[in-house]
Amino acid sequence: MKKCIRRIASVALALGALALSHPAMSADAQTLRIVPQANLTILDPVWTTAFVTRNYGFMVYDTLFGTDAEGAVKPQMVDTWSESADHLSWTFTLRDGLAFHDGAPVTSADVVASLKRWSAKDTVGRLLAASIEAYGTPDPKTFTIKLKKPFGIMLDALGKPTNLVPFIMPARVAATPPNEQIKETIGSGPYRFVAGEYRPGEKVVFEKNADYRPRSEAASGTAGAKNVYVDRVEWVILRDPQTQLNALLGGEVDIVEQPTFEQLPVLRADKNVKLVNALPNGQQYYARLNHLHPPFDNVKIRQAAMVALGQIEHLKTQVGDPSVYKFCKSLFPCGTAYSSDNTSFYTGKADPKRARQLLAEAGYKGEPVVLLRPTDLATIAKLPLVTKQQLEAAGFKVNMQQSDWATVGTRRAKKDPPAQGGWSIFETNGDSDPNPLARPALNASGANGWFGWQDDPELLHLQTQFVEASSLEARKKIAEAIQVRAIETVSYIPLGQFTNLAATRANISGILPAGAQIYWNIRKN
Amino acid sequence: MLKFLLQRLASTVPVLFVVALLVFLVLRLGSGDPASIIAGDSATDQDLAQIRQSLGLDRSLVEQFVIWLGNILHGDLGYSFFQHKSVAELIGQRIEPTLSLALGTLVLAIVIALPLGTLAAWKMGGWLDRALTCFSVAGFALPVFVVGYVLIYYFALVLKWLPVQGYHRLEGWDDMGPWAARLALPWITLGLAYVALIARITRASVSEALTEDYVRTARAKGLGEAIVLVRHALANAAVPIVTIIGIGIAALISGVVVTETVFAIPGLGSLMVDSVLNRDFPVIQGLVLFFGASYVVVNLLVDLSYLILDPRIRY
Repeated sequence: MKKCIRRIASVALALGALALSHPAMSADAQTLRIVPQANLTILDPVWTTAFVTRNYGFMVYDTLFGTDAEGAVKPQMVDTWSESADHLSWTFTLRDGLAFHDGAPVTSADVVASLKRWSAKDTVGRLLAASIEAYGTPDPKTFTIKLKKPFGIMLDALGKPTNLVPFIMPARVAATPPNEQIKETIGSGPYRFVAGEYRPGEKVVFEKNADYRPRSEAASGTAGAKNVYVDRVEWVILRDPQTQLNALLGGEVDIVEQPTFEQLPVLRADKNVKLVNALPNGQQYYARLNHLHPPFDNVKIRQAAMVALGQIEHLKTQVGDPSVYKFCKSLFPCGTAYSSDNTSFYTGKADPKRARQLLAEAGYKGEPVVLLRPTDLATIAKLPLVTKQQLEAAGFKVNMQQSDWATVGTRRAKKDPPAQGGWSIFETNGDSDPNPLARPALNASGANGWFGWQDDPELLHLQTQFVEASSLEARKKIAEAIQVRAIETVSYIPLGQFTNLAATRANISGILPAGAQIYWNIRKN
Repeated sequence: MLKFLLQRLASTVPVLFVVALLVFLVLRLGSGDPASIIAGDSATDQDLAQIRQSLGLDRSLVEQFVIWLGNILHGDLGYSFFQHKSVAELIGQRIEPTLSLALGTLVLAIVIALPLGTLAAWKMGGWLDRALTCFSVAGFALPVFVVGYVLIYYFALVLKWLPVQGYHRLEGWDDMGPWAARLALPWITLGLAYVALIARITRASVSEALTEDYVRTARAKGLGEAIVLVRHALANAAVPIVTIIGIGIAALISGVVVTETVFAIPGLGSLMVDSVLNRDFPVIQGLVLFFGASYVVVNLLVDLSYLILDPRIRY
């Protein structure tokens, strides 16, 4: 028996020795290993709104402007710019030393081609495209934009920190139609994508772009100097949250981008790990109603639903940890430039009694509310459970239908009545982009708009005014009017704000809070 | 023999065709639209229509099927909707981890289970037999993820002997150590159930063989128990054991999703799960065809092995 135990122990020790001999397990100060929030499968940041592709974009591509930690737009690839007195002409000059990873210089032709492709897809970009009369490229370092009407949020649009970001690509790549994926992965950003080591579902590799010339200003958000202090970044794709946690605790990875809320106590208790708020604006949960069919084609019934739902109950159930969620009745993220307490009748607190009263006034006939629940998406799967309970408490008849997210994604595009394969409510979470135009649920252009198909010319008119306003103060006033109008017509129902903390090993420093996960400025000590 | 081989290979064609047709129809008629996943949250109807057109999903079902079938006949499994890679390339990338996991698990299971099952049959009712019964119940009953997490906790996080996760590719002899180290815990985790299964089948088959006349004759000739057990009992019990091993190989290749997920092994199982969740039709279709072909080949090899194991069998 003793002999047997000795043999088993020697085998185990041999395996241990094998493991320790593996270089990936030993400390490597020049390689940063990161577990991204999702598997990176799409390498075109204009083709998809997946956050992981946006974050990949910030590694590989550069932007004309950046947004700093305070939300101010600052130049990035641009050196100087000017706006005409009538607000209809803009001139931008690129800074020196910009080059793509293949060595070719970044020119104004590349910029214009990139902006054209981006503006065909992005919500704000489309507004810009509708305002543009012509682009011009007087020389390789200068580009101009001539407008048909003022576009007051020009710099905000070009410096967007989140989807879709106007990344600058070579003109030949940007010539790809917007609904086709690009086939080259060449940018001018601080990292080069190592195509030969890219294995979707396993790892994504980036190398430091030694030729990148950072700005001289201090790094802040997506603005300022993009200094890279490691030679190599590996994104290690780990699907299972428990495996992510184990890998971080075991020192096999340096950063887990989005640990689950349930893991926060374990992470806080480990002295080798620290939590970082890399996305301070956080995200918002919200419910979208179908404006096309009963019962929510009736504004009073939509208002009843809005009054029936309470944020705190949703946040407690879905997030749980009060340190990472926030009650926020403003439609625009609390703590950002356009948030406002003027929310008309909306309080964010569940009031079933008032909701019942509104339902009675509206003449609700008991039409079933088809509520979609994506069971495979842990980040939002619990929200519909609370919604169902609160709507029923207010007197709604709710039919919750469960499926995977892919099915919800398909079903929400159907305009059929709820009883014939359509829907009444779906819930999701959105990036807390401070820009009031960035939220798709505020797209009120009817059948051509976003799922739910709100048709409200007044909201559209306010958005046009917002776009044309040239001062921040003017835009703040219009944003407040947009908020009130969106609440009164129930464009969507906010269900609370939350933050995803990143978890890093204790020897990692320099993560920059920004509107997207960015990985320059990081040191591994 | 040759006729049998040709007949079996020919019979795979209609099987694979039916599999291809079914998976094609199930995917197209089921719920979930890849365009809506690609387009993301801010997409409009127009965006979805354009993406469907670019993927060829706006064509009729018959047209889509004929194009796909035509491509397959030319050896082209198609192109992923999401990843800038061909289906064949994606399968090629994932096959090494899956084969390493599957074959390693089976080798481990066979090395442990065959002697264990044979000895249990020899001493039926003894302590080893009772221990094997207990082990088998535990092996079948314990969920793979529980075993996996317990092993990770103890061997990777507490003792720090082995890595938590990942797969190290075999590109040279120097990679053997890290490769084995990363697979050691998955092999044990997955091997538990297969040891239980193969050991139980071996025990049943050998115990039956031990009651046969030829075993009594062998013993009467004065042969040693080891020879009786291995050459006479185990050899004659081999057919059901090989059958179950064959099924095990096919099942392991076609996806051990939980184990791959717990240990972050980028194999075919996780590729299938990702593809299903994304509705990446070409990859799902390619994988199902590949798995179907794997089953056919493994079953054929098992059938051929019967000829060697049991000379009474003729085709």
